[in-house]
Amino acid sequence: MEHIVIIGNGISGVTAARHIRKLFDKRITIISAETDYFFSRTALMYVYMGHMKFEHTQPYENHFWAKNRIELVRGFVNRVDTENKLLYLDGSRKVPYDKLVIATGSKPNKFGWPGQDLHGVQGLYSKQDLDLLEINAPNKKVCQRAVIVGGGLIGIELAEMLRSRDIPVTFLVRESSFWNGVLPEGESQMINEHITEHHIDLRLATNLKEIKADENGRVKSIIIEETGEELPCQFVGLTAGVSPNVDFLKDSGIELGRGVKVNRFLETNVKDVYAIGDCAEQHEAIGNRRPIEAVWYTGRMMGETLAQTLCGNRIEYKPGHWFNSAKFLDIEYQTYGWVFGARGRKENEAQFHWRHPQEKICLTVAYDKDSQAFLGINTFGIRMRHELFDRWLTEGREVKHVMTHLADANFDPEFFRTYEKDILHAFSEHTGESLTPKKKSLKRIFQSL
Amino acid sequence: MSTYERSMALTGQPPKQMKTSQKLASLLGMSGLFILVLAAFNVEFPASGWWLSASLLAMSAGIIWYSYSTYAGKHKGIKNDGVWFKSISSQGFWGWMAGVALTGFYIVLYFYPEYLGLAEKGGNTGVIALFDPLSKLLSGNPASQWFVYGALYTVAILAFGIKFLWKYRHNRYEIIRTISVMFFQTAFAFLIPEFMARLNGDKLNLPYYDLKNIWPLNYYNFEAYRVKSFISSGDIGLALLIFGIASVFIISPILTFYFGKRWYCSWVCGCGGLAETAGDSFRQLSDKSVKAWNIERWVIHSVLVFVTLTTTAVVYSYLGHDTSKYWLTKSTFLYGVVGLLTLVFGWAMLFKRKQLAKDAQYGAIGYFVIIIALVGMHLYSEEGHIFLFKSGTLRKNYSFLIGSIFSGVIGTGFYPVLGNRVWCRFGCPMAAILGFQQRLFSRFRITTNGGQCISCGNCSTYCEMGIDVRAYAQKGENIVRSSCVGCGICSAVCPRGVLKLENGPLKGRIDSQQVLLGNDVDLMQLVNQK
Ligand SMILES: Cc1cc2nc3c(=O)[nH]c(=O)nc-3n(C[C@H](O)[C@H](O)[C@H](O)COP(=O)(O)OP(=O)(O)OC[C@H]3O[C@@H](n4cnc5c(N)ncnc54)[C@H](O)[C@@H]3O)c2cc1C
Ligand code: SF4
Ligand code: SF4
Repeated sequence: MEHIVIIGNGISGVTAARHIRKLFDKRITIISAETDYFFSRTALMYVYMGHMKFEHTQPYENHFWAKNRIELVRGFVNRVDTENKLLYLDGSRKVPYDKLVIATGSKPNKFGWPGQDLHGVQGLYSKQDLDLLEINAPNKKVCQRAVIVGGGLIGIELAEMLRSRDIPVTFLVRESSFWNGVLPEGESQMINEHITEHHIDLRLATNLKEIKADENGRVKSIIIEETGEELPCQFVGLTAGVSPNVDFLKDSGIELGRGVKVNRFLETNVKDVYAIGDCAEQHEAIGNRRPIEAVWYTGRMMGETLAQTLCGNRIEYKPGHWFNSAKFLDIEYQTYGWVFGARGRKENEAQFHWRHPQEKICLTVAYDKDSQAFLGINTFGIRMRHELFDRWLTEGREVKHVMTHLADANFDPEFFRTYEKDILHAFSEHTGESLTPKKKSLKRIFQSL
Repeated sequence: MSTYERSMALTGQPPKQMKTSQKLASLLGMSGLFILVLAAFNVEFPASGWWLSASLLAMSAGIIWYSYSTYAGKHKGIKNDGVWFKSISSQGFWGWMAGVALTGFYIVLYFYPEYLGLAEKGGNTGVIALFDPLSKLLSGNPASQWFVYGALYTVAILAFGIKFLWKYRHNRYEIIRTISVMFFQTAFAFLIPEFMARLNGDKLNLPYYDLKNIWPLNYYNFEAYRVKSFISSGDIGLALLIFGIASVFIISPILTFYFGKRWYCSWVCGCGGLAETAGDSFRQLSDKSVKAWNIERWVIHSVLVFVTLTTTAVVYSYLGHDTSKYWLTKSTFLYGVVGLLTLVFGWAMLFKRKQLAKDAQYGAIGYFVIIIALVGMHLYSEEGHIFLFKSGTLRKNYSFLIGSIFSGVIGTGFYPVLGNRVWCRFGCPMAAILGFQQRLFSRFRITTNGGQCISCGNCSTYCEMGIDVRAYAQKGENIVRSSCVGCGICSAVCPRGVLKLENGPLKGRIDSQQVLLGNDVDLMQLVNQK
């Protein structure tokens, strides 16, 4: 029987395995150095905050794997011998494969800061990082101040985690406003306010220069690049992005860029070797996407796609309309289609921004100046219906249509206050054309079913 | 877990200590409880009502103050920090202690009310005497153990209801729903029946009737003594009896069709009300395993079969044979029941077979057990006997096993150990009926928002009914489960806005297809091929 070996038990590897099992009776082995069973990396923060126990982050019960005949091996792959189709685990054990799937995910970036490997300095990616955090920052007695370096999604999660234990946090963000490489400025500004509101010491346009050690090799303070200020702290969190976890492939003959280079079929340059998830790098970016997409959904989608290919139905990785979501402390964020921050914005992209006068609620709609086509939407504090935006994007609706039908797209729980009228009113003023909102219609919402 | 636990032992526990104000608040609440305990040990309090007021006020104020100091200073949003670090909410030492105390209370309440000071012929002592003034004020009668229980129950729902409102103040669904359960408990379960008792006199002889309690929850509603007192109470009595029957066969099916079983289980019901308010801190303790789900289905449906048989037997036993005396006779009644069950069963098998899948077999077994039992009842029973049982034995067993042990001692006593909806999930026959309808014939569903789920597990963890919500959400499937009480908490705790409780068209409600958006359409077709 053909033996498919998957390195990495994250969302991409596990999704591939599950779908292969559905389609075909092949032998499937998943190897991982991190944990025995698949868990949801996105939920790590909730374990530290006491919302969940670690076992709650495991989407499948432990008996699931044997029942579905997916073999699990715990071990670290040091070397891949593509000539003889052999993997070397932990320097000794050998595992042969017929087809190999590389799904090894990412690792936190370190930019060569002095002191970045001291005790008390860490990233937040793996289960091991979570365990380490329990040692480095268990409470505010052991950790009287924490410094977080890097203002992205993981950085703000780490800040929220530490605040849940009342640990004072200083948050160094390189950009002039939080995550404004991605978010338009009004939204980024609102998040700045919200971060401060949570008693996080937010330092914008601030870089780390160096981390200083005490006599035991533990972090004792950091120095800020711009001002030279020295901040005493017991913990430094490095959250300046992630990069593919592919060092072990250096001499394997598999083509590497920043990640494992793959074509649209997720195939590498070596026959029978594939790569999916965070560690895969497209030769050419697909649409507005980046060549490396380090998000949960794309990992899952690549896993689904590759399973087809491995079961004899070779198909391209063709992601649909972009979407994503996150939560900034108490504010939920969703995005559908493309809305760019100042940096990435294209010539033809116009934006309409609305913000609630008191509450931390806002949205930004992007549309084409010339054709008036709807391009995308960001919402903060309002949930939106994925299916509807997907449909509107596919149908190439005009922004006017989207704005007048916003009530259909609202996905907030029942009885929540709605703001479609205010939003449309503001939009009418923005464009100078007076529009009337359409009432929510179940018929329209569920039409495709 | 090993490294995690070791590291916690090395470096000390994460913060879970109470603030000073929280400690003081707990102390205040406990002092109110302490008055009751003293009364239970027969410390004499003057029966003026002052001590009772002091006790109830101290308990409520303690709970409300505690909530204030816990939530008021924080931003609105999800408040689950440290839930699994606190011993009371994570099956730790205090959780078990609370479980033992509650269980003990229920055992005394149901089986040894004399320890609470109940005296059959007036002259209550102890805790029950303490409640006499309030009872006399409301109904004119001295208190019973049930009055004490009802009063404490109501205070618990109101005080913990306020805590819940504070905790979920960002969520209007939770706010409105909670005000609703607080209202129904206070008005329908507590006050109205007491006032009804006050009305009773020569002409009126109404039994104690909590109007929102529907058969089979109040399995006793159609017993001889109640039916007699309804009928002997003129138009009001008859109206109540008709309302009792209509609520089973008309009102509840209609509401369930439009809104799902939540209209009852998390908006109206008293058991649900207590679970949602006082039990809110324990919702994460429900067992999510597939094994628990299997046990749940067997147990709850067995209870349903049990209560159907019991009620039929009880009604059957007091009906006569002679049509000239009363139109409803033993045999008409029995044929009626058999006919109705056959109708429901036939409809489900004909039209809903696909949704039922494997459960259809179990349904069939249940159906035939009932039918055979009923026919046997008719053939082999003599006056006063049903089969070999004395009439009423079945009913006594039901009320002991299900009414007392299951719903009280285990259902509520085990909140801190098994979660807050043990009774609703494993035992309640009302939930079984509503759930059956919710699954097969209702507009309610929890919609999954396309591909947004990140499989984090918050929804499953905080589902009090032990539904593995994530298992559906991460596949892009809607959640249409008979046990879902529509509490809305899964939707509230989801950090990615994936879940929405809503009512919509029947068509396409149960996705047999996985519609994970984000992938291209052709692939989705392939993925959906089963
Ligand atoms: C804290 C945090 C929060 C996040 N939140 C979100 C979010 O909200 N939304 C979102 O879209 N994305 C989020 N992400 C990103 C998302 O988790 C990743 O994109 C996703 O987990 C990647 O999945 P993967 O299967 O590609 O790799 P991974 O999940 O990284 O799995 C790879 C596995 O392979 C193992 N491995 C690596 N090399 C070897 C080797 N040589 N031998 C053996 N095993 C090996 C690793 O130990 C790991 O277990 C978050 C990430 C983090 C860290
Ligand atoms: S599925 Fe959601 S709404 Fe239903 S009972 Fe569970 S938590 Fe409540
Ligand atoms: S809480 Fe939301 S994101 Fe998390 S598993 Fe449930 S549905 Fe998915």
